[in-house]
Amino acid sequence: MKLRKLAVTASLAAIGLSAALTAPATYAAEEQFFPVLAYRTGAYAPNGAPWANGYVDYLKLTNARGGVNGVKIIFEECETGYATDRGVECYERLKGKHGGATVVQPLSTGITFALTEKAPVDKIPLVTAGYGRSESQDGSVFGWNFPLIGTYWMAADVLVQHIAKKEGGFDKLKGKKIALVYHDSPYGKEPIALLQERAKMHGFEVSLLPVAHPGVEQKATWLQIRQNKPDYVFLWGWGVMNSTSLKEAQATGYPREKMYGVWWAGAEPDVKDVGDGAKGYNALAMQHGAEQGSKVVKEVLEKVHAKGQGTGPKDEVGQVLYMRGLISAMLSVEGMRAAQARYGKGKRITGEQMRWGLENIVLDQKTLDGMGFGGVMRPVQTSCLDHMGSAWARIHTWDGKKWNFTSDWYQGDEKVLRPMVISTAGKYAEEKKIVRRTAEDCKK
Amino acid sequence: MAFFLETLLGGLMSGMLYSLVALGFVLIFKASGVFNFAQGAMVLFAALAMARFSEWIPGWLGIESLFVANVLAFAVAVVIMFVVAWLIERLALRHLVNQEGATLLMATLGIAYVLDGIGQTIFGSAIYKIDVGMPKEPVMMLESVFEGGILINKEDFIAALIAALLVISLSIFFQKTATGRALRAVADDHQAAQSIGIPLDRIWVIVWCVAGITALVAGIIWGSKLGVQFSLSTIALRALPVVILGGLTSVPGAIIGGLIIGVGEKLSEVYLGPFVGGGIEIWFAYMLALVFLLFRPQGLFGEKIIDRV
Repeated sequence: MKLRKLAVTASLAAIGLSAALTAPATYAAEEQFFPVLAYRTGAYAPNGAPWANGYVDYLKLTNARGGVNGVKIIFEECETGYATDRGVECYERLKGKHGGATVVQPLSTGITFALTEKAPVDKIPLVTAGYGRSESQDGSVFGWNFPLIGTYWMAADVLVQHIAKKEGGFDKLKGKKIALVYHDSPYGKEPIALLQERAKMHGFEVSLLPVAHPGVEQKATWLQIRQNKPDYVFLWGWGVMNSTSLKEAQATGYPREKMYGVWWAGAEPDVKDVGDGAKGYNALAMQHGAEQGSKVVKEVLEKVHAKGQGTGPKDEVGQVLYMRGLISAMLSVEGMRAAQARYGKGKRITGEQMRWGLENIVLDQKTLDGMGFGGVMRPVQTSCLDHMGSAWARIHTWDGKKWNFTSDWYQGDEKVLRPMVISTAGKYAEEKKIVRRTAEDCKK
Repeated sequence: MAFFLETLLGGLMSGMLYSLVALGFVLIFKASGVFNFAQGAMVLFAALAMARFSEWIPGWLGIESLFVANVLAFAVAVVIMFVVAWLIERLALRHLVNQEGATLLMATLGIAYVLDGIGQTIFGSAIYKIDVGMPKEPVMMLESVFEGGILINKEDFIAALIAALLVISLSIFFQKTATGRALRAVADDHQAAQSIGIPLDRIWVIVWCVAGITALVAGIIWGSKLGVQFSLSTIALRALPVVILGGLTSVPGAIIGGLIIGVGEKLSEVYLGPFVGGGIEIWFAYMLALVFLLFRPQGLFGEKIIDRV
């Protein structure tokens, strides 16, 4: 009898223990989880680390400001090494942690391609500010992708507009030669469709010159450029590929003034090592440039770095890629704020609610100024159909020591971009059997 | 014609730089029978040491001369590479005497990861500069023969000369010195070499030191050209087809292999690339090496291995 009692007690204890261990963990309502997919090691670390530092510093600043209506942001970093397989592994590992991921920023077009089909299943929005699939601007098909404030088609469009302005009009582009030197990856291939479309419209010629990862061997590429003598070179590189391109341009005597990089080829790590050899090189600024004088940077230094909580070195705060990470985090935080405004201030939100928030970001100039982003960026307004929210960019030029803005603002031409986005997204929808979201769906 | 010559010369000079890295593989294999997978990591580690000390030393000692700072940084980097060589022998190789080649290969794979990690932890993972005064601007030649002349990259040309000098010195070292002969004896048979009194541990430290110096020279040249960052370690992957082609045991093989690969990849990229979408130079080098393996498995100058059954 005693033995039976003991066995029953032991079984009940085991059941109780097991229930305690397997019950869903309860999380403090005032915490929201942001996974951070980053790369601080490997070939792309010099460019990946400043972005990650800016991203994490802004999350820390948000907490230092008291969180989002009192909800604190918790985050965990996972090293992807800019490799798609490791990025997907990081996503899988983090998506269910701390009560579930709110939003994921892959910081890689390759990883974005791989996660695009997973995000709708897991109901986690992907924010890809300035990268990812260009057609994902169409929120009616890509319901979970948010290429906020810039896509590669928009970037290429602005570059073409800029050189047309320099030449004296689009009609002057006829017969001109543009060489695209690109990272041979989904990222590097993204602008090709837009450039070919614009080439058909204006009669210029585009030659495509892929560079294999990581981009340290480009001699043959630049010999071809020397032979073909293009009027302009567009550089779509990342990491060490950018500085190598500039060095090869110097070694083959191609004028840096005729080179234009995308916004991922226009930061300090791309040119510092080249120094005077990069003088005159231009790159697209995804609205912001190096912003050491901005209010938000001063606030980061005061509330995060001065308290010994800075993520990276202090002198990096305000640099181009640092600002890109910081703005990417700010856009997600504002999406969360918009979601809370609808679903309950001070409450933890779900991934679906976050998507609604990201589709309803309204940042007018007054709000941006108040947040310390005055002079850094222009207003952003997203919608269910437009997941980009802003299509402004400008050019900055390296003077041997620092980046200086050298152009007015340009806006991506919707008359060119929109039909391409709708048509390519439509093909994707057809292929994946996706039904376009209706106005009713958008309200959910 | 001028463009073909430019591509050819560019390929030859790139080839010399690949040879420099390939030499590190050949040296260690020739002297110890170990295929050193850590050669790329050694190049990165040595370059990081050189770049960071040339940056730190002027601040520490108040030196203004770039030349003096570079000489001191080079000396420190040499000492560091000697320490690395000694540690590799003490901590890894000493315990693996007479083990299978695959075991030694795996050990060097581990050494590569350790060096990559420690190097970036101590010296950082940003892009660092090595400024040894290499000229960056191009020079035009034969302008009277060809319209527009032929472009020569001065930096590549000087680098190729340095590589050639290093190769000649190493060939003399291996062929004409007692230590060189001892190194070759150890490579042939560890036990036999030990039985005639050649100290295996000392020989291994020497050969890893020489490989360390080669890595340092390669690191300085590639670092000056590309900037010092993680991708330098992947340069070793460009040297693999070179050693496959040239043979793992031949110093001249590393040179000829490097030249063939350098020229092959540049010509293929320029003349075949446009037909297949471009970006083919890396895999073309491997394909060339594999085709070679079909006909000469030991490489161009490698020793033919004959086993008695």
